[in-house]
Amino acid sequence: MRDEENIYLALITILAPLSIAAIGGATGIYAPLQYETVVLRNWVTPREFIDLFAVARLSPGPGSMLAPVIAWKVAGVSGAIVATIALYLPSSILCYFAAGVWNRHRGKPWHKAIEAGLTPVAAGLIFAGILALLQMEQSGWLSWITVALVAALLFWKPKLHPLSLIGCGGLVFFVLHWFGF
Amino acid sequence: MDSAQPPVSLAALWSLFFRIGLFSFGGQVTSWIHREVVLMRGWMSHEEFLSGLALAQILPGVNSTNAAVFVGQRLRGVPGATVCIVGMLTGPLAAIIVAWIFYTKLVDLPGFSSIIEGVAAVALGLLARMGMTAGRSAATGILPALTMAATFVAVGILKWPMLAVVAVIAPISVAACYWQGKRDA
Repeated sequence: MRDEENIYLALITILAPLSIAAIGGATGIYAPLQYETVVLRNWVTPREFIDLFAVARLSPGPGSMLAPVIAWKVAGVSGAIVATIALYLPSSILCYFAAGVWNRHRGKPWHKAIEAGLTPVAAGLIFAGILALLQMEQSGWLSWITVALVAALLFWKPKLHPLSLIGCGGLVFFVLHWFGF
Repeated sequence: MDSAQPPVSLAALWSLFFRIGLFSFGGQVTSWIHREVVLMRGWMSHEEFLSGLALAQILPGVNSTNAAVFVGQRLRGVPGATVCIVGMLTGPLAAIIVAWIFYTKLVDLPGFSSIIEGVAAVALGLLARMGMTAGRSAATGILPALTMAATFVAVGILKWPMLAVVAVIAPISVAACYWQGKRDA
């Protein structure tokens, strides 16, 4: 049995630090979120986590919305609301105050330094997120080939619509599994 | 600023950002916000929005929700920012929970899990493509490449706490860029 108060506290202590540290957007939270909720706490299975990633991609809103669903699974509606606040409030407060300062100092040299200095940190976090998701892929070589194929295809034809690609992916996997691959 | 214009109403902010949030499928959300706020409504100048967008992108958090906070802050201060961010997240939160309930009902149907696997694999491919772009724009020299590698190893492989890693690496990286900029100037 889990103590209810502990669950809310755990959600806040997991998500609030990620909110402040997720430079580079939602992808940055996948690696630590996977570690906390799949490896350390067993709140969701690896398969549920990767499927949640897929469901989040099919739903409106940012990809980080998968965290409130994990919270909903372990602590119901109130858990989902607590998780949403923990995940978006700290970064929003930071953004609120930064917006005022940022506008007053437009074009200063430290502006450029912040942008240039944070870009590689964001890229590192994005790679960590991709690795965490790849490690949870369930269908082995077929998924790996698809990931590489989609990335290459977008390199070649960047204007392809993401949702149509996703639709094709679902269909192709369905047909392949139907024929026993 | 022309003070003759009446302030944008909180109801107008709510209805706009609720709609954007609910229909924000598959990225491109910030360009949608730009179209609605700058081009269609003229609530903000193009330059002001772009400056805010640059901030939204480098700050932690999601670009689109940060942009919503920025727009709300500029137009109506704390209540404006609150209305924008809450409006933008309410629809998606309800939608993804409904989607997850559907998922749990359908997951045992034959073939359904294959579709979800396909969706996940393509979505990961999209992320990988984004990672390639991020990596290329970051790897402009030895120092940023090292920063990128150190962040990746610490968070992705060693599983160190992300906030601590960012709190150490980010200031060092920014300071290094600042000094480099001064030296080159």
